[in-house]
Amino acid sequence: MTIHSTSPAFKRNAHNALADKQLQQALGNVRAGFIDKRTQAAERLPEFEALRDSARDIKNHVLAHLDLYLEHYETKVREAGGHVHFARTTEEACATIVEICKAQGARTVTKGKSMVSEEIGLNAAIEAAGMEAVETDLGEYIIQLRGETPSHIIAPAVHLMKEQVADDFRRIHTHLDADRDLTQPEALLTEARMVLRKRFLEADVGITGANFLVAETGTSIIVTNEGNGDLTQTLPRVHIVIASIEKIVPTLEDAAQILRVLGRSATGQDMSVYTTLSTGPRRPGDVDGPQAYHVVLVDNGRSAMLGTEFEDMLRCIRCGACMNHCPVYHAVGGHAYGWVYPGPMGAVLSPSLLGVDKAGHLPNASTFCGRCESVCPVRIPLPKLMRHWREREYERHLAPATFRYGLGLWAFFARRPALYKFATGLAMPVLGYLGRKAGRFAKLPLASGWTDHRDMPAPQGKTFQAQWRERGGRTR
Amino acid sequence: MPLKPRPRVGLFVTCLVDLFRPSIGFAAVKLLEDAGCHVTVPAQTCCGQPAFNSGDRVDARALALQAMDAFANVDYVVAPSGSCGGMMAKHYPELFADDPNLAKRAQDFSAKCHELVSFITDVLGVTSVTAQFPREVTYHDSCAGLRELGIASQPRKLLKSIEGLELTEMKECDVCCGFGGTFAVKYGEISDSIVRKKTENIIGSGAPVLLAGDLGCLMNMAGKLTREGRVVEVRHVAEVLAGFTNEPPIGAPKESGA
Repeated sequence: MTIHSTSPAFKRNAHNALADKQLQQALGNVRAGFIDKRTQAAERLPEFEALRDSARDIKNHVLAHLDLYLEHYETKVREAGGHVHFARTTEEACATIVEICKAQGARTVTKGKSMVSEEIGLNAAIEAAGMEAVETDLGEYIIQLRGETPSHIIAPAVHLMKEQVADDFRRIHTHLDADRDLTQPEALLTEARMVLRKRFLEADVGITGANFLVAETGTSIIVTNEGNGDLTQTLPRVHIVIASIEKIVPTLEDAAQILRVLGRSATGQDMSVYTTLSTGPRRPGDVDGPQAYHVVLVDNGRSAMLGTEFEDMLRCIRCGACMNHCPVYHAVGGHAYGWVYPGPMGAVLSPSLLGVDKAGHLPNASTFCGRCESVCPVRIPLPKLMRHWREREYERHLAPATFRYGLGLWAFFARRPALYKFATGLAMPVLGYLGRKAGRFAKLPLASGWTDHRDMPAPQGKTFQAQWRERGGRTR
Repeated sequence: MPLKPRPRVGLFVTCLVDLFRPSIGFAAVKLLEDAGCHVTVPAQTCCGQPAFNSGDRVDARALALQAMDAFANVDYVVAPSGSCGGMMAKHYPELFADDPNLAKRAQDFSAKCHELVSFITDVLGVTSVTAQFPREVTYHDSCAGLRELGIASQPRKLLKSIEGLELTEMKECDVCCGFGGTFAVKYGEISDSIVRKKTENIIGSGAPVLLAGDLGCLMNMAGKLTREGRVVEVRHVAEVLAGFTNEPPIGAPKESGA
């Protein structure tokens, strides 16, 4: 599948997002909803900070021995009666899954929430092969009805207000009473459940993602709050797990450790409502479960990140805390980022997977406030990694020319203290004089990015260094 | 660690303070001298942060070296900014990590770099100041100071020692104001949306005075407040701590009758 991205148009996307009143209202809920809950959950657990260290160390250990753990995991899945498929690219991943579905003569494929399936464009591939893909996570179901992509990695429909969802349900669920009351979120949930129940029972294949793949046992683990993942993977004849290669952890014990930071960082829950472990297909004597169990392991550029300055990013456990705490995400929402992964984690990961020439805006559109890093459960130094992308961009002369010239001009003066002293000694008193009455400038040449939105306070006059010299020359 | 009787402190005034608001530099000198320091001001320009954060390592390294040379002969380098202070105290070693000739020197240099308020409290042990400022103020935590250097309680403690001053916290005082250096110009619209939320919180606090420890953030917030027609006095925390409050606030007219 070709990956559709509007990341190069980030600025235009952001402009539109800022003008979208409904979106801005919905984003207010992100700001209000996630942050306090995470803080409280972290404060309730005295060892939370130590657990973050531990989670970071587990993931680092895995990344240092990824080949070994992947092989072991593969062996264990096969021993449990499952199949493992390695996919280097999105095309290989989609082709593998479509093939499994076709071999089953599948018509309906249900899906649990999976960001990597968004990454590879799986729904489009399934539909192109003549089958129907049905999203079963409520948020995913809603955006599928709307023909949208997720705007958040754990809350895909967070950009919507419940009134918009009610309108969509009325538009699509035409077999239901037109006068039904959909004002309460519970009513929406009940309706989605009722509609989806039928689809669960029709499904031939169920596809889920994975939060963890456990090398020790060949187990895949998903965490959900709706239970849709369980129905997706136990009711159909075939269960396909799709996961990227860095989801591996060595042992169940390790998974349990990371689970303790995952829920708290994501939604402020001590644990998600459901934590579901699956190991292979139904065994003799099992009361339920699929007849066949497949795991599709997707690389898609990740192994190329190993051993580079971006390896830290592969620790990410997709909790969403970075975007929940990001002022830029709060301002523009997830769709403005233009691809699957928004917010700070997307600003680092998207250039790795799409190319910095396409996603270059994302690591630049950060104030480096550092709040993402301060809440990341696996301590990914997100601002530092964004800065590394800016370095790659700068080296390749991808940054806009005007910006490079402006910065270069500043550096030219700053690297020549005598010239800096001379130029600022002349300029600042003039600017100070010009600004003395208003105290600020409403317009300044070359600074419209600033003065379009706010005033530029006027300087006081002579520079500090000039005054210091005059007052006693105690320099040097 | 026992302090020298009179530590030699080099003031890294920061370009913004040098160019836009020298009174912050003089306030810093007063606070440092009151705390028993011998203050010098070596000829200086920029710490290199704009280049560093824009991916321009060559200029960032050159400017870092220039600062390391200029401040070679002082015991401490102190800046009235968590942003520039954080650059020197935390990021200089990253710039030279792969240079065996300079890695150690950069680490040693970083170890003697501090932000002003945390320096006088944490290093010099200052617990109060003698200034007067009988006003209600609210304090914005600038990001680099807060998250790179852990500055939150120190300025509040000193502010509370000021006669007559009342500190009223705003909502989300620890959330970015949207400045972000070149970000404010490159992504002006997004920056604007972020600073609007900030001015809402400032106004919501009811305090007529806004303080912070970084001039970049202060200029951003002051510029937005005046553009919105709000009447809030914006000052650097060092100016208030030093009792230098006769200067017009940031963004306010110098001459009456404007």
